[in-house]
Amino acid sequence: MKCLAYLPTHDGQATKAGLEAVSYAKKCGADVVALAIGALNADGGVGSAGASKVLHVAQDLQDEAQIARAVSEAARAEGASLVVAPHNHVGRAVAPRVAVRLGAGMVPGVTGLLEGSTVKRNVFSGKAMAHVSVDSEVKVITTTPNAFGVEGGGAEAAVESFAPEVGEASLKVTGFKASSSDGSVPLPEAVRVVSAGRGLKGPEHWGIVEELATTLEATTACSRPVSDMGWRPHHEHVGQTGITIRPDLYIAAGISGAIQHLAGVNQSKVIVAINTDPEAPFFKAADYGIVGDAFEVLPKLTEAIKNLS
Amino acid sequence: MKILVCISKAPDTTSRIAFTEGDTQFDSNGVQFIVNPYDEWYALVRALELKEAQGGSVTTITVGEADCDPVIRKALAIGADDAVRIDANPTDALQVASLIASHASEGRYDLVLCGKETIDHNGSVVGGMLAELMNASFVSLATSLEVEGGVVKATREAAGGLESVEASLPAVVSAAKGMAEQRIPNMRGIMAARTKPLNVVPAGDALQAASVAKFELPPAKGDCKMISADQPEELVRLLREEAKVL
Ligand SMILES: Cc1cc2nc3c(=O)[nH]c(=O)nc-3n(C[C@H](O)[C@H](O)[C@H](O)COP(=O)(O)OP(=O)(O)OC[C@H]3O[C@@H](n4cnc5c(N)ncnc54)[C@H](O)[C@@H]3O)c2cc1C
Ligand SMILES: Nc1ncnc2c1ncn2[C@@H]1O[C@H](COP(=O)(O)O)[C@@H](O)[C@H]1O
Repeated sequence: MKCLAYLPTHDGQATKAGLEAVSYAKKCGADVVALAIGALNADGGVGSAGASKVLHVAQDLQDEAQIARAVSEAARAEGASLVVAPHNHVGRAVAPRVAVRLGAGMVPGVTGLLEGSTVKRNVFSGKAMAHVSVDSEVKVITTTPNAFGVEGGGAEAAVESFAPEVGEASLKVTGFKASSSDGSVPLPEAVRVVSAGRGLKGPEHWGIVEELATTLEATTACSRPVSDMGWRPHHEHVGQTGITIRPDLYIAAGISGAIQHLAGVNQSKVIVAINTDPEAPFFKAADYGIVGDAFEVLPKLTEAIKNLS
Repeated sequence: MKILVCISKAPDTTSRIAFTEGDTQFDSNGVQFIVNPYDEWYALVRALELKEAQGGSVTTITVGEADCDPVIRKALAIGADDAVRIDANPTDALQVASLIASHASEGRYDLVLCGKETIDHNGSVVGGMLAELMNASFVSLATSLEVEGGVVKATREAAGGLESVEASLPAVVSAAKGMAEQRIPNMRGIMAARTKPLNVVPAGDALQAASVAKFELPPAKGDCKMISADQPEELVRLLREEAKVL
């Protein structure tokens, strides 16, 4: 099986989400060719993750319609029967277009390997899984960030330049505003997340949350009322109507654990809940719990982690 | 400006999730259906705001059977002018997108809005497929949206921040949090919705390539291990040695 992996890059290097997509295809048993667009240093680090070749489009494309044309043309040229991309902001815009262009069935945000023509993904906001079967000869799959890990140890991949017919751009990027000035990992890709809710009682108390997050090299998040009241920026809101995350560790302090909140966080590998109320619903969804006052527990926890090493 | 808003129905967020017929169908027994929150709170409301500011019309479109009518009436009560329902049982994003595209093509609409994703299927796929089928530009995961002089100006979620983009019309835009604020329909809206047109059209040929073979519930969660509030070092030890996440 031949796979074409769309590889988003940053500063000439493959992004973690892109490497996860390549590793995924490799684990599915495919011979993986990656397509990289714009600046690229050597093979962008993708050979190590399992790609045998990189097709490099030197022109920097911003319009996902053009990127989709490049990916589709590359998939045809390589005779790929599988196309993978990460299920992040770029993949969500590129992959559905590729599926239409290739007449392919698409399975978004998978959590399991492709076995025959069937692949597993989460549905109902993580409350169930679906085994999706795809009839078409070519299949398009996007991989859930932080679900598969990155393989290493492969040889450097050969880089070939590739000049697809991409047509006119229908979209251009005119600006960018960073949401986290502290340079922490964006929430959808974060490996550790420290989150707090209305139990913190006011924005002025977030210092203890940030301190724990810094100590853990974690990203901060919050419940919806907290962002609605303007205590925290909107991009920190996780849950049904905010961002869905899948970190290795999710620590929630002063959050009751309403089902709409859990919908965005219940795919975390390990959940810790800290709440004064022993009946808080979060304890039913958590792996570890502390009944206690966040104002006392968070600083102590930060201390305990600092004392580790 | 003529705006089309894609509206889907979704099980209320507190619904019990269960399956029937050998785990191949969602068990809708006793389940309350709502308008998919992204479609209602963000896509529909922003469409209405644009119409209020610039004139034009807001039509909703739904691929679904008659059991969708209550959520469509809710969208009309919030303020849409009229509704189209394509009579089919949706099973695949490609099928939904191709049916919507067959109605929306030939320049009938300047702008098509959909939600970031459905909260049952969580695909985030229909909008991008629709854009490709309509040969339209696509702004995905938009957190704000303006249309000025025939140009879409939007911000959208990107790695570590928000990107500003400009796109040409016709455009498809998928709506994420931030685009608008939820509107609660008032009595007048609810009364008016009863007589607004809800046009049911038969489904023509549709593309289709994927289907759910089987659903599965996740394994039951083990008990939560409780740790005393004055022993945070014990929690740290467990996270390191047992859970292996530190
Ligand atoms: C359609 C819909 C979509 C929604 N989407 C989302 C979503 O995406 N994300 C989301 O988060 N919510 C969402 N909600 C809202 C959700 O239902 C809850 O209302 C919300 O999650 C509650 O936030 P909270 O836990 O911060 O606040 P509360 O429910 O007020 O809980 C505060 C908790 O803090 C505890 N506490 C108080 N003081 C302390 C202390 N000193 N130390 C420790 N604990 C303390 C309390 O015991 C309580 O459990 C949605 C609701 C609906 C209807
Ligand atoms: N059956 C449907 N009818 C109309 N619109 C739909 C339907 N399914 C999905 N959509 C739209 O497409 C968006 C993304 O859906 P999905 O790709 O299923 O996550 C939704 O938020 C809706 O706006």
